[in-house]
Amino acid sequence: MPVAVRLPTVLRPAAGGSSTVTASGSTVGEVLADLVATYPAMAGQVLTDDGSLHKFVNVYVNDDDVRYLDQLETKVADGDEISILPAVAGG
Amino acid sequence: MLRLPAPVHAQIVGHCLGGLPDEACGLLGGDAPTALVSTCYPTRNLAASAKLYTVDPAQHLRADRDAESRGEQIIGVFHSHTHTDAYPSPTDVAQAPDPAWHYVLVSLRDTHPVLRSYRIVDGRIEEEPVLVDGR
Repeated sequence: MPVAVRLPTVLRPAAGGSSTVTASGSTVGEVLADLVATYPAMAGQVLTDDGSLHKFVNVYVNDDDVRYLDQLETKVADGDEISILPAVAGG
Repeated sequence: MLRLPAPVHAQIVGHCLGGLPDEACGLLGGDAPTALVSTCYPTRNLAASAKLYTVDPAQHLRADRDAESRGEQIIGVFHSHTHTDAYPSPTDVAQAPDPAWHYVLVSLRDTHPVLRSYRIVDGRIEEEPVLVDGR
């Protein structure tokens, strides 16, 4: 099903400048795979080559970080909003 | 140039001092084209370390939504260095999340905090002036 995906500023150029786009899937992993299929310039920035979540991004379903849910297997429902933000860290 | 209203400047430095002995961190909301920061979003340092910081992802999401609701966005991040200069560390450069962001460093090494701002693009560090309103 289609869900809204909020993009961080760093990924917006890959989606023609949009801050929110639509992608389809029944799990977070499917939605992100569909996102990258639609916007190939995001490849390698959201998912790693082996299909796992890139460690430099945080992904949320509504208010919840998917790392504390079922990660890429987290189910999404109609009306859910997925947000992608950079993981912000340093030394 | 990064433009900081004096109360925002004070909030950044205050949050950094309050985080001692660990590094402190937070996000900066504002207007990207003019680099005017309107809101300081202090966040927890999940690394709870004097040498590393990790912005709490849940607080990041809330800050991002709040900025968006104001028609603004997160335009940068700040964190403290407790024992070194206000200059990005190799870790800061390697993990810089967005080339459009402003990277504010606050050194607490000396008696008086020192705040500086940088752009980090493709691993290259460039300092930028910081204009504190009212000075």
